[in-house]
Amino acid sequence: MSEPEPEPGSEPARPFSIRRDGDDNAAGDGARAPDASGSDAETVPDRLPDDALVDVRSEQEAVHTQEVLDRLDRELVGLVPVKSRIREIGDLLLVDRLRERFGIESSRPTLHMSFTGSPGTGKTTVALRMAELLHRLGYLAKGHMVSVTRDDLVGQYIGHTAPKTKEVLKRAMGGVLFVDEAYYLYRQENERDYGQETIEILLQVMENQREDLVVILAGYKDRMDEFFQSNPGMSSRIAHHIHFPDYTRDELVQVAGLMLAQQHYELSSEAETAFEDYLERRMRQPRFANARSVRNALERARLRQAARIVAEARTDLGKADLMQIEAADILRSRVFDDDSATCTGEPPQETIDEGA
Amino acid sequence: MRITQGTFSFLPDLTDDEIKAQIRYAIANGWALAVEYTDDPHPRNSYWEMWDLPMFDVVDASGVFLEVTRCREAFANHYVKVTAYDPSHCRQTTAFDLIVNRPAIEPGFRLDRQEVSDRQIRYTVHSYASEQPHGERYRSGSSQ
Repeated sequence: MSEPEPEPGSEPARPFSIRRDGDDNAAGDGARAPDASGSDAETVPDRLPDDALVDVRSEQEAVHTQEVLDRLDRELVGLVPVKSRIREIGDLLLVDRLRERFGIESSRPTLHMSFTGSPGTGKTTVALRMAELLHRLGYLAKGHMVSVTRDDLVGQYIGHTAPKTKEVLKRAMGGVLFVDEAYYLYRQENERDYGQETIEILLQVMENQREDLVVILAGYKDRMDEFFQSNPGMSSRIAHHIHFPDYTRDELVQVAGLMLAQQHYELSSEAETAFEDYLERRMRQPRFANARSVRNALERARLRQAARIVAEARTDLGKADLMQIEAADILRSRVFDDDSATCTGEPPQETIDEGA
Repeated sequence: MRITQGTFSFLPDLTDDEIKAQIRYAIANGWALAVEYTDDPHPRNSYWEMWDLPMFDVVDASGVFLEVTRCREAFANHYVKVTAYDPSHCRQTTAFDLIVNRPAIEPGFRLDRQEVSDRQIRYTVHSYASEQPHGERYRSGSSQ
């Protein structure tokens, strides 16, 4: 309770003081009084005496963060630098929680992040897990994720942008705002572009309402770098710049294995070799989108498998046959057809489109 | 005269944290929150001005409270209330409304008696504040 209780009889006293959110953070140090949190619903346990001892593991179990991290490990192949960074953030917040229990004041860490990397490297998935992790640690009240692009934030005429952006921010409060392809917010060639207004509002909220909202900006590495160069204010408010490396071929094979297992398919051993060969070729082609390309390739393999099964019209079809993807299903891909296509950059058309 | 209308209006004014708790309760029930304000708090005035749009898809109290704060800043000397709308089938009405801001000085009401035929009396509640034109009521809050 930061407000004094108004006395029932005292009429003229203004019982409602206007509290400007973020006034206490305006100085920039972001010092957070332990009783001024207000936003988190859970009750903070009583302050421990100075000579008390706490168990890190039991605290970790109490907030179930390990679960989220394990799931991240299980569901996402590779991405070692990303995972270790997230683990570090999780550890920091856990230690902060413990410190808070002893009444040690520390500034609230800035949790805004930028995720850079090629398409299909798991940026959105990691952001989702991040939201869940921060929720478990009590840093976000709800832990949902609102995923937006330029169109959702920037208006079409003067005076349209601010309400639109604020609307989105309100929806994202208590969770993570994931701005995909954030560099589109800033159009260098047009200085009257409304995107600038969105950036300013975002900056203000990122500074003043750090306890309510975590902003994650995502996009291609080079274009994000450019974006941060033209918006140094944005760059300095983001503490964690996390780069998602491209997957190696072996990692992509693992990804494919996970995806197939989820859909109850399996590759025959020849198909596995064929798929590795396929990836080898596909990775050299333009518009390769890592895990997303793998998923699309598998979707097309499913189509071919179904076509093959129907065409064969066998009378003795078993369960295993329905689950098995054969080498032929993969080798019929257009990627194997023509090596010259890799140079032109235009994948040739085919009935089952071989896009990204 | 302290105006008492809406939920908990006979209690001392709620603190910010208590308001947030109420907002959280409404969100947990799936009610949509909206902020409204007026300078004509006549008990029969059901239609207050809307502050922005109702927040149907805001899932966290801080988002709603942001609007409460903004409305209070803009209309410091008005009445501001938070209403929760229950959209569930068969109810579809206001679940609660909570006064979250009131002017510093509330001049209150007087009762007007009008004698009509056969010595009948008709009563009217007259708000002192409404003697001023719209927008000029509850000015500064110090000299009324």
